[in-house]
Amino acid sequence: MRRIAGLACCILALTSCQREKRDVRPAPVRTVTFGSAAREDTIEPGGKLPQYQAVNPYDRSAWAISEGQRLFDWYNCSGCHSHGGGGIGPPLIKTTWIYGGEPDNLFDTIVKGRPNGMPTWGGRIPEYQIWQLVAFIRSMNKEEPQSATPARTDEIQISPTLKQKVNGVTK
Amino acid sequence: MTLPMEPAVRDIDVERERENLKRAWSSPGGIWGWLSVTTHHAIGMRYIVTAFIFLLAGGVEAFLMRLQLSRPDNTFLSPDKYNQLFTMHGTTMMFLFAVPVMEGMGVYLVPLMLGTRNVAFPRLNAFGYYMYLAGGIFLYWGLFSNSGPDAGWFAYTPLSGPMYSAGKRVDVWAQMITFTEISAMCVAAELIATILKMRAPGMSLNRIPLFCWSMLVQSWMVLFAMPAVMIASTVFLLNDRTIGTHFVNPAEGGDPLLYQHVFWFFGHPEVYIIFIPALGMISSIVDTDTRRAIFGYPAMVLSVVATAFIGFGLWVHHMFATGLPQIGEAYFTAASMMIGITSGVQIFCWIVTIWTGRVRWSAAMHFVLGFFFIFVAGGLTGIILAAIPLDLQVHDTFFVVAHFHYVLIGGALFPLFGGFHHWFPKFTGRMIDERIGKVTFWLLFVGFNLTFFPMHLLGLYGMTRRIYTYGSEMGWDHGNALATAGASIIAVGGILFIINVFVSRKSGALAGANPLDSGTLEWATTSPPEPFNFVLLPVATSRYPLWTLPKERLAVTGVRSDRREVLVTTVMDAEPRHRYPLPHSSIWPFISALLIAIALTGSVFAFGWYYIGFIVAAIGLIGWFWPWRRREARS
Amino acid sequence: MIRRAALIPAIAALALLSGCGAKVQSAMDPAGPEAGRIAGLMWFFIILVSVIFVVVMACVLYALFRGPRGIEQEPLERTHAPSTATEEKLTRNVTAATVATVVILFGLLVASVVTGRAISSLGTAKNGITVEVTGNQWWWYVRYPNDIAQWTVVTANEIHIPVGRPVQIRGTSNDVIHSFWVPNLNGKIDLIPSRVTERWIQADRPGRFRGQCAEFCGLQHAHMALWVIADPPDKFQAWMNAQLQAPQPPGDPELQRGQQVFLNHACVYCHTIGGTSAMASVGPDLTHFGSRSTIAAGTLPNTKGNLGGWITDPQNVKPGNHMAVVDIKADELQPLIDYLESLK
Repeated sequence: MRRIAGLACCILALTSCQREKRDVRPAPVRTVTFGSAAREDTIEPGGKLPQYQAVNPYDRSAWAISEGQRLFDWYNCSGCHSHGGGGIGPPLIKTTWIYGGEPDNLFDTIVKGRPNGMPTWGGRIPEYQIWQLVAFIRSMNKEEPQSATPARTDEIQISPTLKQKVNGVTK
Repeated sequence: MTLPMEPAVRDIDVERERENLKRAWSSPGGIWGWLSVTTHHAIGMRYIVTAFIFLLAGGVEAFLMRLQLSRPDNTFLSPDKYNQLFTMHGTTMMFLFAVPVMEGMGVYLVPLMLGTRNVAFPRLNAFGYYMYLAGGIFLYWGLFSNSGPDAGWFAYTPLSGPMYSAGKRVDVWAQMITFTEISAMCVAAELIATILKMRAPGMSLNRIPLFCWSMLVQSWMVLFAMPAVMIASTVFLLNDRTIGTHFVNPAEGGDPLLYQHVFWFFGHPEVYIIFIPALGMISSIVDTDTRRAIFGYPAMVLSVVATAFIGFGLWVHHMFATGLPQIGEAYFTAASMMIGITSGVQIFCWIVTIWTGRVRWSAAMHFVLGFFFIFVAGGLTGIILAAIPLDLQVHDTFFVVAHFHYVLIGGALFPLFGGFHHWFPKFTGRMIDERIGKVTFWLLFVGFNLTFFPMHLLGLYGMTRRIYTYGSEMGWDHGNALATAGASIIAVGGILFIINVFVSRKSGALAGANPLDSGTLEWATTSPPEPFNFVLLPVATSRYPLWTLPKERLAVTGVRSDRREVLVTTVMDAEPRHRYPLPHSSIWPFISALLIAIALTGSVFAFGWYYIGFIVAAIGLIGWFWPWRRREARS
Repeated sequence: MIRRAALIPAIAALALLSGCGAKVQSAMDPAGPEAGRIAGLMWFFIILVSVIFVVVMACVLYALFRGPRGIEQEPLERTHAPSTATEEKLTRNVTAATVATVVILFGLLVASVVTGRAISSLGTAKNGITVEVTGNQWWWYVRYPNDIAQWTVVTANEIHIPVGRPVQIRGTSNDVIHSFWVPNLNGKIDLIPSRVTERWIQADRPGRFRGQCAEFCGLQHAHMALWVIADPPDKFQAWMNAQLQAPQPPGDPELQRGQQVFLNHACVYCHTIGGTSAMASVGPDLTHFGSRSTIAAGTLPNTKGNLGGWITDPQNVKPGNHMAVVDIKADELQPLIDYLESLK
């Protein structure tokens, strides 16, 4: 009985390491901001440019998801995407993504911008914040562990019926 | 060797009774036996030892904090680590040490003082202990896996809400409270039943030892206060964090102040839950070491009861700065000052008791002196804090930190250490080293005052609470350096106490049944007590039965000794009513606690564990209440 | 020995009170009528409770250490309780002490309520001004409301008030519960999201008074300070006028470059600078940043060196705060600093 409890404790302990990670002071390589047009290709005259890794270093980190939630508001993503439900922009809680829903696709979308109004954030905000936003968007879609995802925000929630009345049309 | 209370009864074979009782009250050996024990001494001692381990943990956390604050702009601890440490320190001390250790002392001593063989619900007793242990392990697993709570021991929302406290840290805190509150309520229920219904015949309500009155009052307070913290932590906070409710979400019509009101409705009685048993311990030490009955027994009882009642009406004094209406707040000023009267009556009664007694200057009396000094000082700074204009300046500063450490350490820890020294012969059968005990006292006393007195001044000079560092231009350097130095002295005192316990257990002088010539019934049996406490259940003829032994000593006969049985008496006058069979050793409390603990732990991470919890709790409780046939139960 | 030990806290108290010079944020150094009433009441309480403490402890020590007793020494070994006559005398003593306690506590209650009402009556709208303070993690948003929109002043972490006039602090919070506290001026008031709370402060002498957040609000609660600067009325008015003017576009090419650096980086997503296109409101308003005395809510003095360190690595100074670590090139940093410091 005790050994099982001990094993359970170890497993739980291991799984919490990533969830509770708080990286308030990101390494300098994470603070780079990419140029205004992110490159598809690595071939480049004049030397190598910094390449981003396609792996989210903040995956499954509850604090990073919380930071992403904050930045989602502060950088006014909710102005178009409205807490994930969509408004002017498409909803971010969905199964079929136009440009892909994997972390590296989301990263790409945010960095490069997309046609029809998605701004280019790549030249503006540091890389680590983009990864935090990616983690948050993934958490909205339940792709992050439930234990790392906040149950709700402290925001005013717009109910679907209210949104319908405001917009006149559901997305 | 004849024990004081053993009558020379002609037609009872005392030796045969003893043999029967030994057999009926023995516990099986091995790990299985250890986990299925239900005698109150074992469970009580486990509470005390476990609580003491948590006291050491909390002390280490405090010491680390003091190291960080010893110098301005120190970088020993990051802000995240510091926030976890002060939260863990407060949570450990309040939930995992202070209440359980008082419960443990009560569970151990109350049946002995009342002249009965066990608490009323032995398996519930064991279950409560395992729940407490599970809660403590759960919280510390959290700390060591970077999930230690970091929002303060009272975790105000919205800071502790889902948006501003990411991860599982505050969830661990909120669920740990469930464990400890279940444990406290189990002990409260069984102590109330024991004290009201299982006393020695003749021990009417006005003959109950003052320590038992304290435990009775404290148990009632637990029953009323603990549900409030369950509501605040589990219903409001945990639900908001895990299943998306909005109880305390201001954006959706919830109210952060609702959390504060409900929490402090528990939080203020909580400190009296910690403090009132200590008052009982002071009475026990003072009457033994002044060789006289405590003066003013009715006044003492009524003031404890009044303290409990008034204690439920003070909670807003933790919220004076929140902008509540002035007239309402003034009512709580009046109540907060009024409780000084009830504590004052007790202090005056003890002073006149000592005044007219013959003082034996034992180590325990040293701690009583320390209690007077420190608790009275703390109570008086409490009067300062009760005044709203003054509270608005010193609220949430180190002045408050100083105040509550003075009242809690002076009002609960010093009496507790006095109680440890006083009852050590009873617990272990050996005398504790008085000299080392007195040195321990001086180290703790001097260290405590050196640590916490400067904090009054730091608070008046503007040092707020819960800051991980401060600038050197603030002028707080000297006070903090002194406080850290004092903390080192406290640490030395604590280590010395531990050494004293181990050394005295091994090689202290053998103690008899009543080495201190005390008057209450726990000293009427062997040291340490046998599992059945008394061979023949005693009869109480006064408040201090051992000081007023009648010529023809009375004992109870007719209660079976070949199985576990106790005598149930009436509430008011303790007239015998009927015999009551108690359960024997049982593994089911442990199994139930384990299963429920797993379910409660899991439910913090995934909601599905609630459903599993129902099933496993049912399994555990069915096993518990199943009418197993036992060898001993057959008549 | 006991009496000597009791001296230790007294010595400590003296050491602290005497040798430490001026205190920066002291409730015992009032600069206004509210804080003055509180300090007076505090001294009254401290002296009174000290006297009570000494009296009670004297009784305890005397009871413990008095020598062989006289007539009250009764054969306790037999009865363990003194005679009825003694018990009656003790009853009278305890009753007298209890009555004295009740009277003293009632007096203290009256003193407290009277002082509280006196302080409330000091706050009056007659010739008072209002300052709205909103707590954020971990800075203070300050706004001087005015019916005329162009005369509204918005700043951060620093409040200027005129000497001798009551100032109403109306507070709320954008996130968690904070607490606005300037000990030299008055007691604290919690800033609670979804509620507006208020506290009146007043300075009767010019000076700089430090305040600090007094409700635990997260990682950087320790570094959430503010300064209240009390100026004579004319100086205050001059400050208000300066705050009301939007800064002109910089003429100096270095400062222009600095402004470009500001506008081209992530700064614009959080900060406002009046007269430019940067109008975000999630971070402190930087329109008159150069006129403020500290950076990061009282954490660092506002010098060029500190500003450079802050912009380059805010997470070093205040780990966990919400300012992004923005990658500013070395040749861009100096113009940016110069530009920000020029915003007087």
